[in-house]
Amino acid sequence: MHTGLPVIRTALALGTLLLCAGNSLADGWSGDVATQWNAFVKEPLADEQHRSYLSVSAQPEYYREWEDGSRSFQFEPFARVSQYDSKRTHVDIRELNFGMVEDNWELTAGISKVFWGMTESQHLVDIINQDDLVENTDGEDKLGQPMLNLTLVSDYGNLDLFVLPGFRTRTFAGPEGRPRFGFQLVDQNNPEYESGAEEKHIDLAARWFQMIGDWEVAVSQFRGTSREPGFMLKSPGAPGSPQLVPFYSQINHTGLEIQGVFGAWLWKFEGIRVNGFKERGVKSRSYFASDFGFEYTFVLENGFEIGALMEYNWDQRGRDAFTQFQNDVLVGTRLTFNDVQSTQILAGVMIDAGSAGRSYNVEAERRIGDNWKLSLEARGVFHVKPGDFLYQFRRDNSLRINLARYF
Amino acid sequence: MKTFLTFTLPLLASVSMSTPLLAETPEEQGMAIAVEADSRDNGFGDFSADMLMILKNKQGEESTRQLRSKNLEVENDGDKSLTIFDKPRDVQGTALLTFTHKTGSDDQWLYLPALKRVKRIASNNKSGPFMGSEFAYEDISSQEVEKYTYKYLRDEQLDGEDVFVFERYPVDKKSGYTRQVVWMDKSEYRERKIDYYDRKNSLLKTLTFNDYQQYEGKFWKASAMNMVNHQTGKSTRLVWNNYRFNTGLKDRDFDRNSLKRAH
Repeated sequence: MHTGLPVIRTALALGTLLLCAGNSLADGWSGDVATQWNAFVKEPLADEQHRSYLSVSAQPEYYREWEDGSRSFQFEPFARVSQYDSKRTHVDIRELNFGMVEDNWELTAGISKVFWGMTESQHLVDIINQDDLVENTDGEDKLGQPMLNLTLVSDYGNLDLFVLPGFRTRTFAGPEGRPRFGFQLVDQNNPEYESGAEEKHIDLAARWFQMIGDWEVAVSQFRGTSREPGFMLKSPGAPGSPQLVPFYSQINHTGLEIQGVFGAWLWKFEGIRVNGFKERGVKSRSYFASDFGFEYTFVLENGFEIGALMEYNWDQRGRDAFTQFQNDVLVGTRLTFNDVQSTQILAGVMIDAGSAGRSYNVEAERRIGDNWKLSLEARGVFHVKPGDFLYQFRRDNSLRINLARYF
Repeated sequence: MKTFLTFTLPLLASVSMSTPLLAETPEEQGMAIAVEADSRDNGFGDFSADMLMILKNKQGEESTRQLRSKNLEVENDGDKSLTIFDKPRDVQGTALLTFTHKTGSDDQWLYLPALKRVKRIASNNKSGPFMGSEFAYEDISSQEVEKYTYKYLRDEQLDGEDVFVFERYPVDKKSGYTRQVVWMDKSEYRERKIDYYDRKNSLLKTLTFNDYQQYEGKFWKASAMNMVNHQTGKSTRLVWNNYRFNTGLKDRDFDRNSLKRAH
C-alpha cells in the first residue's frame, strides 16, 4: 500500500498541475494525419518486394506551458501503418518530456529530439537521436531518445550536458519493404552490442555552442553506443537471403561545427572524429569525416529566392566506409517562391568524385487551402557500378507523394 | 540611441526647444521629424502582440495567417523580435528571430519544428514578401531612423488632421524601394499613410494605418494596417490584438534557444 501511494500522489499532482496550467495560445492538441504513396520506377531485386506502397501516418502533439512558459509539458506520439512493409508499420514516442527554463539554465527530462549541425548533404555531427530510417533514407526522421538534458547559459556560450539512458536501434525496411541493402535483409530482432549492458548502456554527451560575431561555433563530444551500426553477415540457417546483423559499437565521437554568414553567403563546416567504430564487428579504427561548403542566395525582384548550394563530403575510410559520402560533391538549389502557398523546391545531385556514381534528390512542397500540404519527393541513383556503395540501391529510384492534413 | 545622438546633438537640441520645422533644409526638416517620431516610440522596454494577417488576391479570395510577436528594445542598436507562427497550421511552431541593426544587415534565424533545427538565414531578402503577403520583410521589421535619409515635402490635411508629408530614401541598396512618401500627423507623430515606390520609381503600394490606440500613456499603436498593391491588385490587412507592454521580457527570451521553446 505504502509504496504505491507516492506514485499516485505524484501522478495526481502532475495531472492537477497540467489542468490548472495557464492557457497559452499554443496549449492543447495539434498535429497532422497524412497519406503517403511510395512508387518505385524499376522492378525490385527481391521477389517479395513491391512496386508501390500506400501508407497512412499520424503525429499528434499535446503541449502545455505554465509559469510564463518557463515550465512545459510535451507529448508527441507517431504512428504509421504501411502496406506490405511490416517494419515500416511502426509506432514511436517522438516527445514525452517536461521542460524547465530559468535565467541561466534549462532542463529537459524525458523523451525528446535534439538537432546538432549546420550542413545540408548529411548530418555528421548530429548523434543524439537514432535515425528512423524506414520513414526516410535522408536521416532527417529521428526516433525519440530518453534523456536528461541540462543547458547552462552564460556569456561564454551555451553548454549542453546529456545523460542518455536507453538505446534505440535503427529501423530498417522489412522483407517486403524498399529500399533494402541489395538482396540482404537486416536482422533487426537480434542486434549485437559491444557493451555488455547492450541497449541499457548509459551514453553521455556534451556540446558547447557560441556565437562570435558573424560566426557560430560548436564543439561536441559523445561517448557511448554508436547510432550507426556496423554489419556482420550471417549465413541463413534456413534457405533464404543472407542476413545482416547490426553491431552497435562503443564509440567516442567528437564533433566540430562552424558557420559564418556574410551577406548572401552562408559558409558551413562539419567535421567528426570517431574512435572505436567497428565496421564488421571486429576491426576497430579511428577516422575523420567532414562536410563543408556554402549556400548563396539570390533574390529576384518579385521576392523569389534562388539558393545555390555546394558541399564537399569526405570520409577518411574511403571506399571501405559504409556510406555514400566518402568523396562526394553535392550541387543543389533551393527555390523559395515566397507565395501564398509557401511553395518550395529543393533539388540536388551528389557526385562521386572518384567514380561515375550519382544520386539525386528533389523535394517539393506546397500548401493547399489553409490546412493541407502536398509534398513530392524523388530520389534515386544513376551511373552506379558494382562496387559502389549506391549499387545496392540501383533498382530503388522512387517517387513519394505525401498529402497531409494539419489540425 | 547613443551613437546616433552624438551625431545629431545640435539638431536634437533644436527639436526639443522648438518645433522641428525650424530646421534649415528640407533634408534636416525631414530628419528632425523622423527623430522626434522615433523618440516618442523610445523607452517601451518590451512588448508583445498578436497579429492576424488577411491576404486578399485580385479575385477577392482571402487566406489568413495568425502570428504572435515579442519585441525587445535594445539600447544603441535595432530591436530584437521573435515571431511565432500559429496559422496556417502546417507552419505552426515555426519561429523567426530577428536582431535588427541600425546599419548593415539584420541577423535572422528560422526554427523548423519538424527537424527541431535552428537555421541561420542570410537576411538579404528584405524586399521579399513576408509569408506571401504584400508586406515585405523591410516593411514589418523594426523601423530605425538610420535606415533612411529624409526630405520634408509639405504640410497637408489628411482626413481632417494636420500632417507632415516627407519622403524617405532607404540607405540599404537591397531595399525594394527608391523612396517612400510618409504622411505623419503633427499631433502625435504617428504614421497615417505611406506610399512605396519601386526600384523603377513607380507607385507600388500604399499602406494606411487605422484605429490608433495609446498604451502605457505614451505609445501609439495602429490596430489595423492595410497594404494595397497597385500593380497586382492584391492587398493584405494586419489586425493587431492583445498589445502588452513591459511584460518583463529579457535577452534570454530572444536567443537561439528561445526559438525552440516557441510554441
